[in-house]
Amino acid sequence: MKETTIPFWRDERVLKWIAQIIFLIIVVASGAYLYHNMMTALAQRGLLPSFHFLKLTAGFDIGEHLIPYSRSDTYGRALLVGILNTIEVSFLGIIFATILGIIIGVMRLSQNWLLNKIATVYIEIIRNVPLLVLLVFWYTGVFLQFPRLKEAKILPGPTYVSNRGIAMPWGKPTETWHLYLYVLAFGLLLAAIVWWRLTLIGKRTGRMPLVTVWSTLTFLGVALLGWIGITLIYHQAPLAIDRPELKGLRTVGGLELTPEFLALLSGLVFYTAAFIAEVVRAGIQSVSKGQVEAARALGLNGFQTLRLVVFPQALRVIVPPMTSQYLNLTKNSSLAVFIGFPDLYSVAGTIHNQTGRAVEVTILMMAVYLSFSLMTSVFMNWYNKKIRLVER
Amino acid sequence: MSKRVFYFLGVLLALGVLLAACSGSAQTSSNPQAVQTVVVTVESNASSGYGTTLKAVKERGYLICGVNAQLPGFGYVDKEGNYKGFDVDYCHAVAAAIFGDPSKVEFRPLTAKERFTALQTGEIDVLIRNTTWTLTRDTELGTNFAPTTFYDGQGIMVRKDSGIKSLEDLEGAKICVATGTTTELNLADQMAARGIDYTPVVFETADQVFGAYEEGRCDAVTTDKSALVSRRSTLKNPADHVILDVTLSKEPLGPVVRQGDDQWFDIIKWVVFATFTGEEMGITSQNVDEIKASTDDPNVKKFLGLEGEMGQKLGLSDDWAYNIIKYVGNYAEIYNRNLGPDTPFDLPRGLNSCWTDGGLLYAPPIR
Repeated sequence: MKETTIPFWRDERVLKWIAQIIFLIIVVASGAYLYHNMMTALAQRGLLPSFHFLKLTAGFDIGEHLIPYSRSDTYGRALLVGILNTIEVSFLGIIFATILGIIIGVMRLSQNWLLNKIATVYIEIIRNVPLLVLLVFWYTGVFLQFPRLKEAKILPGPTYVSNRGIAMPWGKPTETWHLYLYVLAFGLLLAAIVWWRLTLIGKRTGRMPLVTVWSTLTFLGVALLGWIGITLIYHQAPLAIDRPELKGLRTVGGLELTPEFLALLSGLVFYTAAFIAEVVRAGIQSVSKGQVEAARALGLNGFQTLRLVVFPQALRVIVPPMTSQYLNLTKNSSLAVFIGFPDLYSVAGTIHNQTGRAVEVTILMMAVYLSFSLMTSVFMNWYNKKIRLVER
Repeated sequence: MSKRVFYFLGVLLALGVLLAACSGSAQTSSNPQAVQTVVVTVESNASSGYGTTLKAVKERGYLICGVNAQLPGFGYVDKEGNYKGFDVDYCHAVAAAIFGDPSKVEFRPLTAKERFTALQTGEIDVLIRNTTWTLTRDTELGTNFAPTTFYDGQGIMVRKDSGIKSLEDLEGAKICVATGTTTELNLADQMAARGIDYTPVVFETADQVFGAYEEGRCDAVTTDKSALVSRRSTLKNPADHVILDVTLSKEPLGPVVRQGDDQWFDIIKWVVFATFTGEEMGITSQNVDEIKASTDDPNVKKFLGLEGEMGQKLGLSDDWAYNIIKYVGNYAEIYNRNLGPDTPFDLPRGLNSCWTDGGLLYAPPIR
């Protein structure tokens, strides 16, 4: 049997391969060219890439730091301070935005005319205003308009509310704190055991006991007993109340929340919550009406229907877009630089400026934001898998 | 058949990888000469070989000058939308020296943070934006500093009713400062040296810094003294604010150029020196024509381009200095126009006087 040979330049399979290879060559060559161009330009100015600068003394101060930091620390540590500040505001932002978003999303579907309209107006306004405008509004329009420190509004506590931020009483670990941590760990263990036993019983008997309620109660019980026990034995509670007091130009002690932090957090939370509310609404509406009707027919009340029937099904639709909202919130936190909050972008910008290491600092910054996003995605994908409808 | 196709594809693939690798590596090792030309053509205005900047500027027909747009007196945009100020006038002086026409300048407003990147990448030809000369900037940033045009020092401004009189009174204070400045570092150094605990509140632009200070976010604000004076005049109630009688640092401000083009560096240096020399010789924009027509002094003749071909040594026309004095003026004229007694700032000359008057302005001889 003789095959009819097609010349290779007319063979579709060959042509496809050639196209792919040419494309690859173009991509690699232009990448290499751009890279080389950058390196040559940097070399001409004596700025060959090096991360040595991370070990040098930073020489500048940072207003807010979760770990000890002073001007004599290194650029590397300064960067870490920025990273932690970004994590702090993103983490809290995600939690509050989720809570607020779910509330508004449910309000949006409420039968109550007033609640419904409030949610609609909120969503339509916030979603259609740029985040930067919101941040500037919160910062200069709200938090900087509070009274001056000397005329600060003093709420019970005392909590000082002024244009320097909010200073409030806060727990301060005492000598017995580390002991109390063991008690808490024990409580956690006990709660886990209760959870496990009750779930098992529930599966065996077919009656669902209140697993969450009982295990939480166990934990709280242990925590309370431990607190009382330690206080009685050592005559010192694990946490002492640290009250802020006015001293010279500032308040000392307690927990101090700066206007920059508050404005950034409020801006991010209120902005992202509007988007989350829409995601939640879409998720709930995706559950077919028959499910709700069936639940009602079985005698479940409104809240039970929502908790046991609608939400578990809506969650499958909600989680994937929610992930991208979380990623957005984290990345949007870089707008902090406009209101003077020392997040990663702001600190990295200062480092870039003091060292002139534009390329290295930008690469580091991209790597950090990328790993934040990847970690969030990994977690959310895991959760998504967990709640997915198991199909057989 | 199929076997042959795969053989063929294998060879093609290998060839492709090889080609790609070559295009990547050939440039780095085997043929540096070719690379140089490639790079130069791609970023012709960022090139930094000898004479390239002047050539690029002349071909373009105008100078691109990086300036401040938020600092009255030094670099700002006036009501008609024109750039005005001490630094801005030096941009005009460079343009006058090159083209004989001070208006051939395009201004690029830059923040403190953007300025060096803009210069390094060739977005601007020269940076004249109240920039402090330091060792690190002179070396690691790939920049060169022309002679200082303004000797400044860092100061601190507070509210009068705060009762703050010295640095020590700032214990526990919040201090507003702009990012990417030497002031940020000086502040940290000085406070650490005195053991004063404070919190910096850092912003990107001067408008944000002074906005936050005015709203009461900070107890104090710090930057160069000249900038404090100039900025105070823009606050709602200038009389409520006082500049402390302390100087935190030396801040020599002057033009900056990229490293690598010595001719361009020379031009900028001698434009600055020409304004000093003009004042020293008593030549102003008013009397320059008269003096040029009548002078017998060889030094003045060299300065105004009547003998010695000084301009050509810089790659300019011989009347370069005449053009600077004629169209922009000598140092005293530039200073008084922007910062002198007739302006809201009324800054005393102090160190910024001619050396013959006990100041620091001293130009090497033009000969």
